[in-house]
Amino acid sequence: MIEVKNLTKKYGDKKAVDNISFKVGKGEILGFLGPNGAGKSTTMNMLTGYISSTSGQILINGVDILEEPKKAKSFIGYLPEIPPLYIDMTVEGYLNFMFDLKRCKLPRKAHLKDVCDLCRITDVKGRIIKNLSKGYRQRVGLAQALIGNPPVLILDEPTVGLDPKQILEIRTLIKKLGKSHTVILSSHILPEIQAVCDKIIIINKGVIAADGTANEIAKNITNEHKMTVRIEGSTKTAADKDEIVRAIKAIGSDGEGGAKSSVKFVRADMEREPGIYDYDVESVEGVDIRRDINKMCAEHGWNLLMMQLSDLTLEDIFLKITMGDGMIVGDVNENHEESSENEKTSADNGKGDEE
Amino acid sequence: MGAIYRREMNAFFTSGLAYVFLAVYFLFSGYFFYQGTLIQATTDTSPLFSAMFLVVLFLIPILTMRLLSEEKKQKTDQGLLTAPIGLWSIVLGKYFAALTLFVIAESIVFVYAIILSCFGTVVWSTLLANYFAMLLLAAAFIAVGVFISSLTENQMASAVASFLALMLLYMFDSIGSGISIEFIKKIFTSLSFYSRYVEFTMGIFNLSSVVFYLSAAFLFNFFTVRVLEKRRWG
Repeated sequence: MIEVKNLTKKYGDKKAVDNISFKVGKGEILGFLGPNGAGKSTTMNMLTGYISSTSGQILINGVDILEEPKKAKSFIGYLPEIPPLYIDMTVEGYLNFMFDLKRCKLPRKAHLKDVCDLCRITDVKGRIIKNLSKGYRQRVGLAQALIGNPPVLILDEPTVGLDPKQILEIRTLIKKLGKSHTVILSSHILPEIQAVCDKIIIINKGVIAADGTANEIAKNITNEHKMTVRIEGSTKTAADKDEIVRAIKAIGSDGEGGAKSSVKFVRADMEREPGIYDYDVESVEGVDIRRDINKMCAEHGWNLLMMQLSDLTLEDIFLKITMGDGMIVGDVNENHEESSENEKTSADNGKGDEE
Repeated sequence: MGAIYRREMNAFFTSGLAYVFLAVYFLFSGYFFYQGTLIQATTDTSPLFSAMFLVVLFLIPILTMRLLSEEKKQKTDQGLLTAPIGLWSIVLGKYFAALTLFVIAESIVFVYAIILSCFGTVVWSTLLANYFAMLLLAAAFIAVGVFISSLTENQMASAVASFLALMLLYMFDSIGSGISIEFIKKIFTSLSFYSRYVEFTMGIFNLSSVVFYLSAAFLFNFFTVRVLEKRRWG
């Protein structure tokens, strides 16, 4: 339905979108995820023909958006980041205008009524858009995109400015629409994407950092043998850190180099309570070291205050991928490459996972 | 084009701009009609038309200032540019809406003609030629105004710049007369919007002037389309 090949957009020397390719099939909901300024809106603006691409190709329903813009655009319903509303028109007047503008052939009255009902704006139909709240404006924007029943819907942050109840409603609506339409929606809110989308593309600094279903992305990066422990050492100062790290590292080894340590990686993290530190620990695959840690603490007379298995949510993954050189990212690199001197950027990391 | 034209016409009236425009136009044309025709006890409406040149010069920027600048500012251009229509439809829809409003204003002259016909014989040929000339002038000026409103997001900037641009076109004559090089002088005088217009008010119907105004209108609408196109590629 939508095919994007090597899409690039340059502003001067800056690449806003860098060589993006993806495909969305009919009836799929694709989520575009990324921090602000990652290139989501730029990509969507290119998909809808609002701006041109520097290079690459976009096919909507097999039609090139630059070669046959009118035809390609007629397949798309677009809700931009800021809904394109004429604020001094009434909702009804505006929707009628969009109906004409899109040269919609459907029966006007019935179609507009359907759209209004679907977006729940029937009760504000006669009001001037200027006087509507952000939530209602957003829904009028969505209604506008639905006019003409286009097979492709492109929604740029559709739930911004809505209250939680409305967000839920819109999500349900998008899910419903996704059964009969191809939907691309962008967001920087994870649960939203997770709840609605079949496929996710995480985009960061203009490149695709990860691509797949929520589970696939999680599988690529997730680490089931990772945990965070909080141990109170004997002196309750920073001096404990080295000793504790050494002790954890020694778990499973016999101290003479015979048996290998069951701990793959350990590092001291932040000081969470005065004098007490958290430690990120990763064990060798298939080995459960929780009991060993407990035993170790008992032997040394330390107190084990907390033990938490890292259960990676999409949120963590998102942060790992998108946060420049945050600590967590460093860990992921080390885990994957087993090299502590690895200084690859997060984007490279994401790519690596993809390949 | 139809949808945009209808929306712009509605916007003119709901925003009140149309009423201000019509009121000011009627006020001045009424005054000049009284001053130039009624008081002189003549049925010649030419003084009215030649005096209206400057009024039109002031009023047209007000008519065109928000046409494209407001779209850009409110981001509604995203709706237009992603709709399955061409750039020409967008530009011409807006252009003709402004032109229609101008025609409504200008047509007040027929009311004056009816008043005159009660007292004497109206010379319809000069009246219609004048009417037509002013229409052509407005067609060119509005195209300039639309073009300038496509360059900025700010309505006021658009109005002021349009006014300056029209003023400059008006001054082509006096600029030309100050230049001693014959060749350049000729360029300026032949590009003069004003002298061509005055020709009409003197009763001369010059086809080349008709072509001149229409070409200017086309050219500036074409520029507007290019500006929108360029923004897309920027």
